[in-house]
This record gives sequence, structure tokens and C-alpha cells, in this order.
Amino acid sequence: MGGMRDIGALLERFGEGKTAAAARLITILEEGGDGAERVMDTIFARTSGAYRIGFTGPPGAGKSTLVYRLAKLFRQKEHEIGIIAVDPTSPFSGGALLGDRIRMQKLSEDPKIFVRSLASRGSLGGISNCTDEVADLLDAFGKDLIIIETVGVGQSELEIAEKSHTVVVILVPESGDGIQAMKAGLMEIGDIFVMNKADHPDAVLAAREIENSLRLKDIPEGNWQPPVLLTSALEETGMEDVIREIENHRRWLEERDLFEEKRRLILRSRVRDAFMDKLERKLWHDSSITRILESRIGEVYDGRLSPYRMVEELERLVTVE
Amino acid sequence: MAKKIRVLVAKPGLDGHDRGAKVVANALRDAGMEVIYTGLHQTPEMIAEAAVQEDVDVVGLSILSGAHLTMFPRIIELLKKQEAEHIKVFGGGIIPAEDVEKLESMGVAKVFGPGTDTRDIIKYLKQEFE
Ligand SMILES: Nc1nc2c(ncn2[C@@H]2O[C@H](COP(=O)(O)OP(=O)(O)OP(=O)(O)O)[C@@H](O)[C@H]2O)c(=O)[nH]1
Ligand SMILES: [Mg+2]
Repeated sequence: MGGMRDIGALLERFGEGKTAAAARLITILEEGGDGAERVMDTIFARTSGAYRIGFTGPPGAGKSTLVYRLAKLFRQKEHEIGIIAVDPTSPFSGGALLGDRIRMQKLSEDPKIFVRSLASRGSLGGISNCTDEVADLLDAFGKDLIIIETVGVGQSELEIAEKSHTVVVILVPESGDGIQAMKAGLMEIGDIFVMNKADHPDAVLAAREIENSLRLKDIPEGNWQPPVLLTSALEETGMEDVIREIENHRRWLEERDLFEEKRRLILRSRVRDAFMDKLERKLWHDSSITRILESRIGEVYDGRLSPYRMVEELERLVTVE
Repeated sequence: MAKKIRVLVAKPGLDGHDRGAKVVANALRDAGMEVIYTGLHQTPEMIAEAAVQEDVDVVGLSILSGAHLTMFPRIIELLKKQEAEHIKVFGGGIIPAEDVEKLESMGVAKVFGPGTDTRDIIKYLKQEFE
């Protein structure tokens, strides 16, 4: 590898606005460990609360194409944009084909837009485990709008809700009657629903079905009522509506001080996640825990001790007042 | 765990098919690498900018159009300008044997001839970048 491995020098270059340094620091964040912590310790104080928008929805729904169109429009409004595009890591090879950039090619011509593809690596939540950290870094790099595109495997896309101010759920007519969306929990997390591929004749009907399922949820008056929009990212129609609703949602949050509250919640869940990660590693490598585990796992194997009684014994070694 | 190799696979120029590039991208993914695939019709500027933002170890270019003698040095120069000369560039496609040495003297890390077995590319990348 070689190059600028020294974190101190990288941080300095980063402060001068060098793209290569920012990109290198993201790699360090992805690797985790002490290097990542050191980067975060410096970066975090330089963040200034960039707005985070999550885009989720089934594979092939048009997330990347839509993000591309919207990013261009947001640029006309003087926003500086960071895009984090997550694609799945193959559980078999550990490799990943990161293809979201294909739809965003032209963004590489604009130096005010930074696009980074991340492989989901070990994470199951449809985003990479370091998404928050990368978003912070882009924020500290001067981006005031961070767009996160999830994997969209339709399993647990819920994590994106913990990491964004506004969640846009993208659906397509062929994803069926909205039941799929409900099963995937997407109806719960969407602040804005977009029925993309509206050039398809079934789109209007499909959008109406989503509206119906939202109505069934009976969202209390005074809460945000998620709109359902029709777009064709391919033919570039309906884009202004999406921008307007994102801005509406942002204003809605801000007027109610929910923006700050959301930020507090986001940070709280981050501290919890990082703490639990550390604790898990620490406990699992603790010598007295390992000793008891090794000496008595045979009893569990023989059926003399239930796994839960074993856990109880291990738990006794950990005291929290 | 071994370090993840990150590769950007790009197809510069105007000629319109990327079957070869896709085969390579898939093979590298199956060999455990993270492959950023950027598609057809890339300018050198777009390729270099994407490579820098993605912090890849290496860029693989598939060239069929005969533009290799301008394309490769241009991308290498753009990477240097961005303080990203640590990103290496390799290539494959239809490149006449007499140009290979020329390209290597321009700083191209490796040139694979037409019909190269993807296993050779994988072996090379693992050797150099893991
Ligand atoms: N007809 C039609 N096709 C579209 C539209 N939007 C996107 N597509 C096409 O749908 C395919 C997938 O688009 P992407 O933007 O890559 O979708 P994605 O959701 O990002 O896909 P993944 O990241 O792989 O989950 C591409 O072939 C697009 O050209 C649309 O509005 N109408
Ligand atoms: Mg995509």
C-alpha cells in the first residue's frame, strides 16, 4: 500500500480539503480499531450537523438513479453533498461488487460531491457498520447534506432510520401490493414514500395501495404524515416533489425541536453500539470467563448443565452496580 | 483477517461493450476483493476522481479502442495531481505487444494481453496488494 499512512499527516491534509486524504481516512474508519478511534477523536469536533437522508427500498428499485438526479438538483441549491452507497458483501467470498456508481457516473465531474461506495462487510442491517463514522467524516469535510443509500435487501432496513433525519423509501410497481413493503418493515420507517418507475402503467395503482396501507396505520394527528410520490428517475419526472417533501420534513422536524431530539437519539444509539461492541470483545476475551467456559462446557455438552445455567454462572463474574 | 483489496474496474473510451470488464469484476469479487464497477464511457477525469474518492489500491482499465497510449498516462497524471500516486494502474484488452513496454515505462503497473485467464489477474493483485 504505502502512501500516506501516517494519520497525523492525513488529518492535516484532510483539513486542507484534500480529497485523497479524506478517502484514505474513510478506509481507516472502515478498518476500525485504534486508528479509527483516533480519526474520530479529531473529526468529531469538526462536524457541524449535516443533514442526513437515507434512501432504502428493494434491490433495483432505482435508488442510485434517484440519488443521482436529486444530488444534481441539490447542487443547484448550493448544497455540498456526500453520498454513501452501500452494497452487499458476499457471505461466501467476502468480496463485493459495488455498482451504485454506474448510475452516478456524472457526479464524478463535480468536485463538491463526494461519493463513497461501502461494502456491508459484517453488518446485517443493510448498511455498513461504519456508516455513521463515514457520515461524520464527510460532514467534517464540509458536506452539509449526506445521502445514504442502503443495500435494500428488504430484511432489516431499520438501522437506516436510526441514522438519518429523513428516510425516503423507494418502491416500484413490480414490488407488488405493498404487502412486501409492510413485511420488510418499510412502512414503519418511511418519512417519504416514492413510487418510482412511474413510467410503468401500474405505478398509480401501486402508489394508491401504499397510501391505503399508510391510512390503515392511523397515524395520530399532529404527527408527520408521510406523503406518497410518483417519480420516474429514468425520465426525470417528479424530482422536484421529492426535494420539496424532503425540505418539508426537515422544516417540520426543526419547528418542533425534533431535529435536535433526533440528533440526541442518534448519538445515544451510537454510544450504546460502540460501548456494547467494546464490552463484548472485552468480556469474550476475559481470562476468568474463558476459564470457566472451557472447564464446564463439557457439562453442557453432556446435558448435565443447561446453556442458560452456564450463562448465569458467567454472568455472576460481571458486576455492574 | 487479510486486508481487503479494493479495485476500481473501468471501461474508458467510446466503444460500447464491457463484457470483458464485467467478467473481470465478477472474478475479482469472487476472489474476495471489493470491486467498484463504474460502467462504460468513462473519461480519464471521471476514472481518476472515482479512484481517489474510493481510495482503491489499484485501477484496472479495459481498453479495446487503441487509445491506451494516451489514456493510461493521463489517468496516472491525474492521480498524481490529486496526491494519490499510491494508487496503481493496470490494464488489459487489445494492446499490441510492442506497446506493453512503452506503457510500463509510463508507470503502468502491469499489462495483461487479450484472453488472459482471470486467475492470473487475481494472482497478480493478491501478490501486489494484499
Ligand atoms: N423504467 C424505469 N427504469 C428505472 C427507473 N429508475 C431506475 N430504473 C432502472 O432500474 C435499474 C436499477 O436502477 P438502480 O438505480 O441501479 O437501482 P438501485 O435501487 O440503486 O439498485 P441496487 O443498488 O442494485 O439495489 C436500472 O436499469 C435503471 O436504469 C425508472 O424510473 N423507470
Ligand atoms: Mg444502487
